[in-house]
Amino acid sequence: MQQYAQPHSRSSVLSGSSLSSAEHLSPTSGSARFSLPSAPSISTTLGTPKLALRPNIYDRNLNKTRTAEVSASAFAFLFSEVVQYTQKRVSGINDLERRLNTLGYRVGIRVLELMVWRAESSSKAPKREVRFLPALMSIHTQVWRAVFGRPADAIEKSVENEDEYMIIDNDPPIERHISVPRDLNTLSCSSYTAGVVEAVLDGLGFPARVTAHSTPTQQHPSRTTILIKLEKSVLEREEVLK
Amino acid sequence: MAIFSLWVINKAGGLVYQRNFADGLAQLTSNEYLVLAGTLHGIHAITSRLSPIGSSSGAQVIEGDSFKMTILLTATGTKFVLLTSPGETTAELVLQKAFEAYADAVMKNPFHTPEMPIRSDGFESRINTLIGSGQP
Repeated sequence: MQQYAQPHSRSSVLSGSSLSSAEHLSPTSGSARFSLPSAPSISTTLGTPKLALRPNIYDRNLNKTRTAEVSASAFAFLFSEVVQYTQKRVSGINDLERRLNTLGYRVGIRVLELMVWRAESSSKAPKREVRFLPALMSIHTQVWRAVFGRPADAIEKSVENEDEYMIIDNDPPIERHISVPRDLNTLSCSSYTAGVVEAVLDGLGFPARVTAHSTPTQQHPSRTTILIKLEKSVLEREEVLK
Repeated sequence: MAIFSLWVINKAGGLVYQRNFADGLAQLTSNEYLVLAGTLHGIHAITSRLSPIGSSSGAQVIEGDSFKMTILLTATGTKFVLLTSPGETTAELVLQKAFEAYADAVMKNPFHTPEMPIRSDGFESRINTLIGSGQP
């Protein structure tokens, strides 16, 4: 019992700091409700009343998308650093793509949660997609709009393999400023996007392997295909649901 | 009215990009271009200290009866140099646009190493649309 009273070693830093800041700052109801590790930002909002006009990121409304846009340039620089950082720590193109995919996956988990939350509050009868094609459509439209601000350009189904589907983007915003050198020409930085798609599909219950491939055309030199290879179980379930 | 050549010189005086767009310049080897760029870097450093009253921006235009050399010095020390015919009036504008293309297609490209020669297809195509493809 006595041991139990000790704060857990892993959470001690977090809970300790949030407790002390709560006592210290006599929190408003807003900051007391959420036990987020946001002690510094809360204290800045309280400390300087000028900043109170602009609520900190945790207090902003999640459904107002128009004011939540970020600078494309800032993102381009950040993503460039992400790629450079990753490239220094890998041994080949496949490894690099896998790591970018993993990073995207972490984004995708959150995107899905955010989209479910937005659907919940915006429609009277929010719906969870249980069939694959509507789910793919919602990724093509909703996910792309939430992440990139516009829907993707096309969805295709593979003719050769029935478990393969493709989402096509003619000018992926994350690759707009990237020129891949010739010795890495099979690399597609959209593996990051593929990770986002993989996470959303996983979260919706359609486990799949998602990869990105650049498929340039004369008109669209940075055209990219996101290839979705579904797991067998998904196809079997689709068959049953028919 | 012609644009002859665009150079980009890094902050240490090394030539990181050079491209000709029209006939009329002497054919030089890449080594000679490097020497010229280094010389210009030195001249620019001298001109920026010539002013008797405080600091100066350094040379912005060097003009002769057959050419005009317009120099844009950016805040980070990178220089953009445009060689044109003397009557060319758009040089400043073209340099600004070239700087913009550099910021977009070179600095945001994860495969570019700062201060190293620019090999980026994105930058080439931006310069193509800006000045015209010319000959290599």
